[in-house]
Amino acid sequence: MIPLTRRQMAWRCAQDLRDGQYVNLGIGMPTLVSDYLPPEREIVLHSENGILGMGGAPKPGEEDPDLINAGRGKTTLLPGGSFFHHNDSFLMIRGGHIDVSIMGAYEVSASGDLANWATDGDTRAPGVGGAMDLAAGAKEVRVLMEHNGKDGSKRIRERCTLPLTGKACVTRIYTNLAVLDVTEGGIVVREMVEGLDLAALQKLTEPRLILAKDWKKLTVPAL
Amino acid sequence: MINKIVDGFAAALAGMKDGDTLLCGGFGAVGEAFALVEAVIETGARDLTVVCNNAGSGVVGVAALLKSGKARKLICSYPRSLDPTVIDELYARRAIEIELVPQGTLSERMRAAGAGIGGFFTRTGADTALAAGKELREIDGKLFVFEKPLPGDFALIKAHRGDRWGNLVYRKSARNFNPVMAMAGKVTVAQVDQLAELGALDPEAIATPGIFVDRVVLA
Repeated sequence: MIPLTRRQMAWRCAQDLRDGQYVNLGIGMPTLVSDYLPPEREIVLHSENGILGMGGAPKPGEEDPDLINAGRGKTTLLPGGSFFHHNDSFLMIRGGHIDVSIMGAYEVSASGDLANWATDGDTRAPGVGGAMDLAAGAKEVRVLMEHNGKDGSKRIRERCTLPLTGKACVTRIYTNLAVLDVTEGGIVVREMVEGLDLAALQKLTEPRLILAKDWKKLTVPAL
Repeated sequence: MINKIVDGFAAALAGMKDGDTLLCGGFGAVGEAFALVEAVIETGARDLTVVCNNAGSGVVGVAALLKSGKARKLICSYPRSLDPTVIDELYARRAIEIELVPQGTLSERMRAAGAGIGGFFTRTGADTALAAGKELREIDGKLFVFEKPLPGDFALIKAHRGDRWGNLVYRKSARNFNPVMAMAGKVTVAQVDQLAELGALDPEAIATPGIFVDRVVLA
């Protein structure tokens, strides 16, 4: 069994975005999703600092000091893109105008609760940014995260043990092992990497998993 | 004749006093009025409350102000950055109070202040620890939390171009919090890259009309 790399996880997540959707990518791994948007689809990226139609990283020498993404990396604007102030940006988020928010997470619960802003024993000043706004306001929240912590801890939990970002907001989880949907009946496994079976995945996951009748092998290109 | 253009930072910050709340624009290092914010240190005002999305970058601007020890409290959404030395050091020895506010709520609280609204109910954070001690209300089956307006004694903002009426034009993602802070400051000071003749700014492109701006300083 070979787990997906971070770039392969981002690729898999990108394949589910549809033509015409407005999408916000969180900082960290979700930012990689922009590298794998299917080129034949027009997917409009929203950046919380006031950009719609955000492009990829600029070519060396073409960076603009006034044009950054939410992770504060230099970015570009695509034809048709626009700039606006923070209030309009978060009005878009809270008002349900963003179709999909893709965020990282520490934990997701069986009912789709999201914990991604504070950990135990954190000695640095806490930061929440726009995560709670996205959790409360985006039409759909999808999570991109490693299936387990570095110490092997379970991150898909019956209930979150860490402080919540939002309740019952996550609809789909992409991990390095599987694609899972949060449904009223429980966590449904849609795809698993080759060599993994439900029993093995269950051992790495707290809530009881349901295998979709039409489940598939999670296949991605070499990246 | 209206002329909001002032000469130098001392004039730009005249009237600042101990205990003032300062709304400082910018997201990361973009759209922050570095020089203007650093000039606050020279005013001698103390026990300041700084409102800023982040905690400054490196040791310039808001970071320099925090490092100076003139600020008692920081109201922000994300005090972490790639070079967060100043805030991490202050926080480690609890030398500053931090009020953490979700980013959209931070912006909306200032909009409420500028718009004369006595607060608002938002879904953001209603289910979380950040709603502790705040009024909760169920509206149409969903839980909301009440958030109060956040006015500033001063708003210290950054724009690309400004004219003597205080009309402002921004550049790309450097707009961010600046327009909403301009609305919420009792005294709004804009640091600009360029001064424009009255009438030279495209009226369709003016993102902050001069009514929200009291002083313009070139830096």
